[in-house]
Amino acid sequence: MSETVNQHTEVSYLEYKGRFKGLFAWIFSTDHKRIGLLYLYSMLVLFSVAALLGLAMKIELIAPGKTIMDAQTYNSFFTLHGITMIFLIVVPGLPAVFGNFFLPIMIGAKDVAFPKLNLLSWWIYIIGAFIALSAQFLGDGAPDTGWTFYAPYSFRTGTNMLPAVTGAFVLGFSSIATGINFIVTVHRMRAPGMTWMKMPLFPWALYGTSWIQVLATPIVGVTLLMIVLERTMQIGFFDPALGGDPILYQHLFWIYSHPAVYIMILPAMGVISEIIPTFARKTIFGYKAIVVSTLAIAFVGYFVWGHHMFTSGMSGTALYTFSILTFFVAIPSAIKIFNWVATLHKASIDIQTPFLWALCFLFVFMVGGLSGMVLGALSTNVHLHDTAFVVAHFHFIVFGGTGYAFFGAIHYWYPKMFGKMYDKSWANIGLAIFFTGFNTLYLPMFYLGMTGMPRRYYDYVDEFHGPNIVSSLGALLMISGLIIIITNLVRSAKYGAPAEADPWQGKTLEWTVASPPSLENFEKIPTVTKHPYGYE
Amino acid sequence: MFSKGIADASNFVKGVDTSFIVILGITIFFLVAITIVMIYFVFRYRKSKNPKATQIHGSVSLEILWTVIPTALVMVMFYYGWIGYKPMKEAPEDAFEIKTIGRMWNWQFEYENGKKTDTLYVPIDRAIKLDLVALDVLHSVYIPAFRLKQDVVPGQEHMMWFIPGREGEFDLFCTEYCGLQHSYMQTSVIVMPQEKFDSWYIDTTQTVTLISDKPGALGKRIVQKNGCLACHSIDGSKLVGPTWKGLFGKTEVVKTGKEKREVIVDSAYVLNSIYNPNDDIVDGYQKGLMLSYKNELTEEDIGEIIEFMRTLSEDK
Repeated sequence: MSETVNQHTEVSYLEYKGRFKGLFAWIFSTDHKRIGLLYLYSMLVLFSVAALLGLAMKIELIAPGKTIMDAQTYNSFFTLHGITMIFLIVVPGLPAVFGNFFLPIMIGAKDVAFPKLNLLSWWIYIIGAFIALSAQFLGDGAPDTGWTFYAPYSFRTGTNMLPAVTGAFVLGFSSIATGINFIVTVHRMRAPGMTWMKMPLFPWALYGTSWIQVLATPIVGVTLLMIVLERTMQIGFFDPALGGDPILYQHLFWIYSHPAVYIMILPAMGVISEIIPTFARKTIFGYKAIVVSTLAIAFVGYFVWGHHMFTSGMSGTALYTFSILTFFVAIPSAIKIFNWVATLHKASIDIQTPFLWALCFLFVFMVGGLSGMVLGALSTNVHLHDTAFVVAHFHFIVFGGTGYAFFGAIHYWYPKMFGKMYDKSWANIGLAIFFTGFNTLYLPMFYLGMTGMPRRYYDYVDEFHGPNIVSSLGALLMISGLIIIITNLVRSAKYGAPAEADPWQGKTLEWTVASPPSLENFEKIPTVTKHPYGYE
Repeated sequence: MFSKGIADASNFVKGVDTSFIVILGITIFFLVAITIVMIYFVFRYRKSKNPKATQIHGSVSLEILWTVIPTALVMVMFYYGWIGYKPMKEAPEDAFEIKTIGRMWNWQFEYENGKKTDTLYVPIDRAIKLDLVALDVLHSVYIPAFRLKQDVVPGQEHMMWFIPGREGEFDLFCTEYCGLQHSYMQTSVIVMPQEKFDSWYIDTTQTVTLISDKPGALGKRIVQKNGCLACHSIDGSKLVGPTWKGLFGKTEVVKTGKEKREVIVDSAYVLNSIYNPNDDIVDGYQKGLMLSYKNELTEEDIGEIIEFMRTLSEDK
């Protein structure tokens, strides 16, 4: 494409031969790109398993009474589904895969600041994953507490909860290490000329995310450590039988886990901020507003955890404060939506698969965010708390937001990562089926929650039957879509047509290097003079 | 919410539903409007229609506009949420109090005159205050038709209150996950006219007449009141605990500590299993699920329960 492409001068990172061969050349590689792919492959496996667990739950719920599994199995399925999806996929997901791969390239660096620490993060991640998953197979049966491990039930259940909690604790360190690495990388390794306000928006989002990871993750570590101490040494923190306070547990849990929602969604917003200008052939509307709103979300996101506990019996003042702060955190998200849509105004839009993912993201993210308004208001929250409405809401945000951005990102950067192009028509067919299935699955759950169906219910009264049938059929459709999407991606890695260095006419730095990039990305570190989305 | 939309089912329905309508109205309007604009832009400015994009970097006035308007709107939503919620925390002093006890996995309601039930009976048009107690883990009382929910926390005192405004039977669910039988931890609220409620309330003779009805009848009432049947069936089906059908007099293999031994289910065994449920665990069942009923059941009560269990072993 352009003269900066060094396709023929250096061997790509995929073919590079280092000290090790075969599998070891990957699992001992300190190359940020290989580490990104290690995360991608690990998560693909885990995601497939967790998605099938979700499907099994929806099939169970297609009719009242026992359909395919008993209550204990159902309870451990939603626990494992939650733990895997949240701690192993959605929280680390975008930063670990696409952050690792693209953060250095997008800011013009050869690698992250601490490549060895980066590899260590992956190893900790894998160890944590094994510990968490071992809980399913060792001891007295799979954990059945839900991914929130609420006290005191989590202390009373006879099932094997300790390894699951320890796994989450270990995973926290992986998250912190990656966060520190990215913060230092962004501060110290930007290419000459790339001032803060010339940095692309995905690195900005990763930067905000990293701060949350570093500052909030230790709290979940401390909390889980307290559980371990309580269970093994009978020190009463949370269990009322030992003199503890179960509500304290909820506070500590959500002080981490609410900011974690922003760990999930900020990088997703970053991805969308990259995809939209590229296919609109237009500079992003309101670059500074998007940067400021990213930082605002990262900051205000720390102070809204109490909205998970409106019915727990907190004081009126606490409720009032958390409700109003929850509404404030919605505003920066709204600002982003408006800026993305405004970017489309007077654009010249090339409608390609990644762009379609971004459009679907905007829709489902709006549904998720706007349904959050109903949950943020006190009186309506009381009715909807712990019902199917909440489940629909956070699947729209977490799966709809982060998940769509993840698939958008992989369709956007796939040619760069693998040097191959996937089959675009199959990708679009897969998306259409997936999107239809997704909405058929989760929209009825809003209705179910409104009419009063509690969540985490293995069985339900007859009046909830109709919408549950629709929802379960939606699940089957959605999984079919996913199978098409993933098969197409896996197959194209081998059979796809070779990709150009800049197949989408992107303007950020990753499109100036070869597809796939060489080991050190840049032969010569570029000097940045322009705005990241300079389409003039 | 709308399928059970009885506007006067409780005194809170109106306030909550107003908040729903205001918030859903605003949010659905924005969802539809933004989606339409987005799709319009994609069609209007697609590459074939508009080959050259106009570069626009932003607009300060637009940024201010779409910061200020959402801020104002969310304040409106917050306000409606708050005023709909506020009265839920202010129970009148003369409210009729009912102690509500949640345990794995049943509800029990204790009235001031000592009457105990597994279903919540309340008089219409009168302020009812539920004093919430959890014996084991977190539970949550949820009455969708009344738009009410409150977590029940062990070791803490919480309450919820309402004025039922419509006669009938309404669902009451547990909405805080509490383990195996969580989805079966449900009962009903029965709203009755005051006179009917009064005659039900003062009728403590009912149990006495029942004794003569049939052997074990009083035991059966005690069992129902305490929710034993949530975990122990009387028809032979396997629930969380062993079925009572044919249990009395049977020889069971139990685990005492780590040792397995055989016991005959007799009065002493039943008594001990109710007071110290984790001493002997019948083979194939889990430890730690049942709590001691030492404070709920006297030895006389247990004697009645045993009478009831005998009837389940006879007609085999």
